[in-house]
Parts: sequence; C-alpha cells; structure tokens
Amino acid sequence: MLTRIGREEHTEGAKVMIRDAHFPAPFKQGLEYSSPARGTWNIVHTGMLIPESHQIFVCAQGCLRGVVLTAAEMDAMDRYSSVMIREENVIDGTMETLMIDGVTDVLHKLNYRPKAVLLFISCQHFFLAYDQSLVFDTLRERFPEIHFMDCYMIPTLRKSGLTPDQKMRLQLFSLLEPMEKDSKKINLIGSNLPISITSELVRLLNQNGYKLQLLNWCETFEDYMDMAESFFNLVYEPIGIPAAQDLEKRLGQQYRYLPFVFDFEQLERNYHKLTDDLGIERQNYKAYIEEAQTALKSAKQLIGDTYIAVDYTFTFRIMSFTKMLLLYGFCVTEVYADVFLPEEQADFDWIRQNYPDIQIISTNQPNMRYLPRNRDHKVLAIGQKAAYFTGTDYFVNVVESGGMFGFDGIRQIAELMKDAYLNEKPRKEIIQRKGYGCESCI
Amino acid sequence: MKQAVGFISTYSSDEFGICSALYELGGMVVMHDASGCNSTYTTHDEPRWYEIDSMIFISAISEMEAVMGDDEKLIQDIIETAEQLQPAFIAIVGAPIPYMIGTDLEAIAMVVEGETGIPSFGFAANGMQNYTKGISMALEAITKRFCTEAFQKTEQISANILGATPLDFSLNGSVDSIKTWLLEHGIGVNSCFAMGSSLEEIQSASKAHVNLVISYGGLEAAKLLKERFDIPYVVGVPFGRRYADILANKLKNAVQTGQSRIATQKIHQNAKKRLALIGETVFATSLASAIELEYDLDVRVFVPLDTKAELLRDGDEWTSGEDDLNERLKDVDGVIADPLYRPLCGQLEFYPLPHEAFSGRIYDKENPDLINRDLRYREETSC
Repeated sequence: MLTRIGREEHTEGAKVMIRDAHFPAPFKQGLEYSSPARGTWNIVHTGMLIPESHQIFVCAQGCLRGVVLTAAEMDAMDRYSSVMIREENVIDGTMETLMIDGVTDVLHKLNYRPKAVLLFISCQHFFLAYDQSLVFDTLRERFPEIHFMDCYMIPTLRKSGLTPDQKMRLQLFSLLEPMEKDSKKINLIGSNLPISITSELVRLLNQNGYKLQLLNWCETFEDYMDMAESFFNLVYEPIGIPAAQDLEKRLGQQYRYLPFVFDFEQLERNYHKLTDDLGIERQNYKAYIEEAQTALKSAKQLIGDTYIAVDYTFTFRIMSFTKMLLLYGFCVTEVYADVFLPEEQADFDWIRQNYPDIQIISTNQPNMRYLPRNRDHKVLAIGQKAAYFTGTDYFVNVVESGGMFGFDGIRQIAELMKDAYLNEKPRKEIIQRKGYGCESCI
Repeated sequence: MKQAVGFISTYSSDEFGICSALYELGGMVVMHDASGCNSTYTTHDEPRWYEIDSMIFISAISEMEAVMGDDEKLIQDIIETAEQLQPAFIAIVGAPIPYMIGTDLEAIAMVVEGETGIPSFGFAANGMQNYTKGISMALEAITKRFCTEAFQKTEQISANILGATPLDFSLNGSVDSIKTWLLEHGIGVNSCFAMGSSLEEIQSASKAHVNLVISYGGLEAAKLLKERFDIPYVVGVPFGRRYADILANKLKNAVQTGQSRIATQKIHQNAKKRLALIGETVFATSLASAIELEYDLDVRVFVPLDTKAELLRDGDEWTSGEDDLNERLKDVDGVIADPLYRPLCGQLEFYPLPHEAFSGRIYDKENPDLINRDLRYREETSC
C-alpha cells in the first residue's frame, strides 16, 4: 500500500537559478504544499514560554485540531483548553457570549488558577467584527486576579500587516506594565530559543555587570513581569522587532537590533553599536573571530566539495549564511526558500553576481510534492527542509539558529556541520517532531 | 457549557475527513483556507504524508481575497496546478472562512471542471463539523460520480469495504487484517473505500456482492450502492474471534437474502462490571459487541461524533462533549478510550485505545490491531 504515486518531474515555477530569481519573492503565489518538516515553532510553543500561564483557544474545530495536538505533543495539556465555535455562533451573533461564558466555564473547571490566560481568537472573530473590548473587560472584571492576554491565530492576515509570528512575539510581552527601571537589567526578546550561554554576547554583558533576562529563563510569572524593570531590550531575530518597538513605546525600554549575520565585520560593528548604546568600552573580539574562522576552515577541510543544501528555517538570514559558506569555499548548490527578508538584499545580490548557478528552490510550490527527494551524490543539508527535499540523513538539525549567536554561534555551527557530515541521523523521525527544542511525545 | 473543553483533545474535522478519504485516489484536494489547515492535517491526521505522495494543497486565501470575495484567483490557481499535475479529479474543500463569506464551492468546481475537463467536486465543509461527516461526504460523492456502471458480479463472493481511513484505523495493519479475514471466510475483496484501492477499483464497486461498512463515514456510500446496484450492506468491524465469525456469517447471509444488516449486538445489560467505550460509532459498537461476547462485561458505548440511532445498541448513547461525558462516566467502573481522555477518568480503570482522529500521531506505535484476534482483558488501574 505504501507506494509513491509516480509523476513526471515538473520543476517549472519551483526552481530557479539565482541569476534569474526575483527578489524578495522568487516564486508565484498560488496553491501551497506543506512538507513534513515540522521543527519550527508555532504560536502554542511560543505562548508556553510564559510561566504559570494557561492557553485558551476559541476557534472552529478544524483550527483547534492543530493547536490542541501541539500542546499534547509537548506534554502540556494541563496548560491548554478550548472553546469550540459552532455554526450557530457564527450565524446568530453570539460570539461575545460564547467567549465570556466559555472562558468562565473553563476557568471554573480547572483545578488551579493560572496567573495569566492567553486567550486566542481566530480569523472568524476578525470577520465577525466581534466586540473584543466587551469580552476582555468582562473577563477581567470576573477574574481580577488573572492577567488576560489577547492573542491571535489569524493566518488570513499573514500576507498583510504583522505576520502571526510577529504578532505573537509582540503580544507575548503585552502584559508587562511600566516599572521603575534597573540600569543593570537587560532583556533579550523576540527569540523562541534561549541564547547559548557560551555566546560572546552573554559574556560581554555579564562581564560588564549586566543581568540578562530571557523569557526562557523565567521560572515564575513574577520573573516574567519583572522583565519590565529592564532599561534595555536586545533583539536578534527580525520578527521580534515589532515587540521591541512596542516596549520602547509603552515602557520606555530602548532597544538594539543585533541581527545574527554571518559576517565578522558586521557582527563586530553591531557589537560596537551596542557597547556605545550602553556607554561601555568597545571590546576586542579577535580571539572569538579567530576561533570561529578556525572552526570554519576545519569544517571545510573535512567536508571538502560535498554538495551543501540549506533552507530558510535554519536561520532568518539564510542569504548571509550562504554567502559566508561560499566565502569559505563550501560547495553550496541549493537554497530552499520561498521569500527573503528585505535586509537580505545585499547578500542575495552578492551571491547572484558571484555564484549565479546556485539554485533557489521553493518549499511550498505544489510540484515540490513530486520532485525526486534523493540525490546520486552525498549531500550535507543544513536545516530540516533541506534534509527532507534532498533525502539526506547527513544534516544539521537546527531551526531558527537554535540559540546560537555571534562569533561563538558561527563556531558552533561549523562544529555541527562536521558532526552532521560524519554521522547520519534518523531523518524521518527527527524532522517530523514539532517545535525544535520543546519536549516531544512522538 | 457544551463547547468549553477544559482538559481533552478535539476530534479531527470535516475538511480533514474529506482529505483522508480521498488521499489514495489520485485526485487533487484543495483546502480553501489561509494556512493552518494544511499543516494540521498533514502533521496530525495523515500518517501517510511522509511515505505516500498525494496532491493535498491549500489555497492560502488572504485577507484581501476573502474580503473582496476573489474566487477568480482560486480558480486560476487550481486550473494552473491541475494542468501541471493532471489529477484524476479535483476536490475543493471548504473551511471556516469560505463558510463565513458564503463561497459557492460547487459553482467553483463546475467552472474548474468546465475549464479543465477534470471531474471536480465542491465540498461544503466548514471546519465546524466532525471528520466523520467529511469522510461520509467524500465517499458518497465519489460513489455518486464514479460508481455508475453496473459491472458483472465477480464469480466468487466478494465485498467492498466502505469507510476505511487512517483516522479510524490508523496504519497499524487493521485494514489489511480485515481483508485477510474476508479472504479466510471465502469472501474476496473487490475494493476498499478508500485505503489500498485505486479509483478504477472503486469505480467497479458494483462487481461486489455485499458491502462491509466499517465506519460511520462509509454508511451513505453503502446506501447509495444499495439503491443504485441493490448491493446489501452489513455494518460492523470484525474485532475479536467470536464477533468476527458472527460478522462473516452475517455478510454471507446478506448475500443470500439481499438484506442489509447492522451487525452489532448488545449481549450483557447487567454484568458484574460496566465499562464505557468512547469512540467512533461503528468501531466502538463493534468492539463493545466483541468484548461482551467474550467476557461478562457490560460495555456502554458513548459516541462524541456523528451517529444515527440505528447504529447504537441498547444503552449506547451519543454524547455532547466533555461535561456530558463527565456525568456519564459516574456510572461505570472503567473506561476504554483514547489516552487523551484520561483526565476525565479520575480513579476509574482505564484501558487506553488510541484513536488517530482524537490524539493524532502521538500513540501510533501503541495502537493495536484487534481485527479477528483474541481480545485480552486484564483488570488494571491505570489512571
């Protein structure tokens, strides 16, 4: 029974050499395919970062299905509940009543009282123009001891305004209220995965007497609320920027965007901007840089001219990463991405000019379903989607940079490439797990 | 409140039932939705996704397309992809947003069929109904459209199996075991709606002498085949040894008499111990019948999904959700159900029986094939 259904290979519209690719969107938008690589986080994973919180989704059955099983797979059903929207709620205009009574009922059922409730609404609420203020005001009145956070699962808006991921990371800090600032506390926000403590960024802050706080490191709800004390926010993932902007506006927390670029000079310049912001002395990063460069050269020596495929889930700056690999002599042949961030333009142009034959390959065009998922040569994949589409078991299993950052992050990535080149992984089992870094029951 | 769910999972919905039923038939299925439906279905409800290629796509409708009611983009995207992939048919499946903006999916399907010449269907799913409804809609539509010719019957007695999807039967070998069981009883397998059979095999369903309905989702197709080709049907799943033998005899009897039968039966009303069995109606009532035949147990079925009164045995009931189940479980000594029902069971004996349509892929490795084999009941307190 388990056989692939044969189809001719149609690459039209799904593969393009970078010399012919449009920036930032190389492919036409139409029907979409979804590959089985599932390591990226969704809004449930992200929301669970708030300690002592409970999530309640108010959605249609089909929409609830994905979120409830996300919670179940991460063994967090005790922090998840739902209110199901039925046809009559859409037709008879009782959405506000459904939400108020449904959430009330859920909270009475629970055998504990969460400190915060992340209440998710869906596309249907948006189209019904329901009265959100009425719902939240009533719930806050009924449960004054609970902090209610409005959260959104509205994928219809993903092509206009903030994406669901950006919106989630913004809302994640919406409960923080103005507090007296502590000039020695700094938050790192906007990332799902905690930064590696070996990063020079962490050392830089520690050595200068700053206390760094991340949502991932908060053990209690109070720890989370105390993030409002920080005078400064760092953000290194672009989708965290709206959150940083919002906190600057609401709480007066300055912020610095330190993108994880794969360019030693730019990383150093960005660190100088940060130390200038903080009013501390510029540091010398020579040792870190040399360590990272040595690791890259060592990886290249081992990996040689093995074909390398990379994908956009590995890092937000996939063009910058690809450029670095090319500069160090690695043989990158395939880049899996459907769209690029505007800030990738210069790196994209550089690759187009210097390596025009590199293929940009979609991950969601319908004919990707039938392209051969094997190669007649060894491929080292960096990222889960690249591993899936090239059919290799030699792959770096990381999403969203995996908490690695800066020169130390580059060093770690080079080490992971070496390990991936030498050691096969059970691809099917690994890439289908949801939420890289989260607990998984499968 | 019936719609408030504090502790348990949510069953798969109608659009995913349609996808699951049509998965192996060579068609192209387009869910008309923004984004999440596709990954939800392919991650949690479709264990074949990694190994068997199938054309399941999403339209990726945007805010502006929804607000403006832009059906033209959907139509053009479908036509363009269909021309490239040449599916055997096209199914356009509704979701919450098309439902809210009143998208006429049947009309869109007619336009697509007119342009491509490929048989096309519009399914008025809305993401607010159970997967059982979706399977039913899909199998009925396929039957109505493709099972039109009255073929000569097979020489040997043969059956179609109706209502097979991984949502109810996982990929644990159960469907293959049903086929083996039929063959052991001298009944050939003409086709299986819709696991392991091609569209061509399903088109020749009228060759069969009898239909075996193994889930709620297969019932409407069975009724249509009865009406169109006078093929009788028998409802039941051959769990255990004794019940499987009874079911085989009922199939043979149906061939002889032409009478359709619901083959589940209530054996014990007042046994020393009462168990609740929560699940899909045909699966659960069949398993309850099989257990009661072998043990002195009163097994009450609670169906939180679509069902019909004629499918339930004495004492079995439809249930409206978590609160209702909580009440009903006060009168039982133990529960047979998907592991994600455990939070409702307190100190009751709990017998986990994974159900893909409830817990998705989480317990795939622990999901037993109970077809035509000894059922072992062991008292244990698991909660």
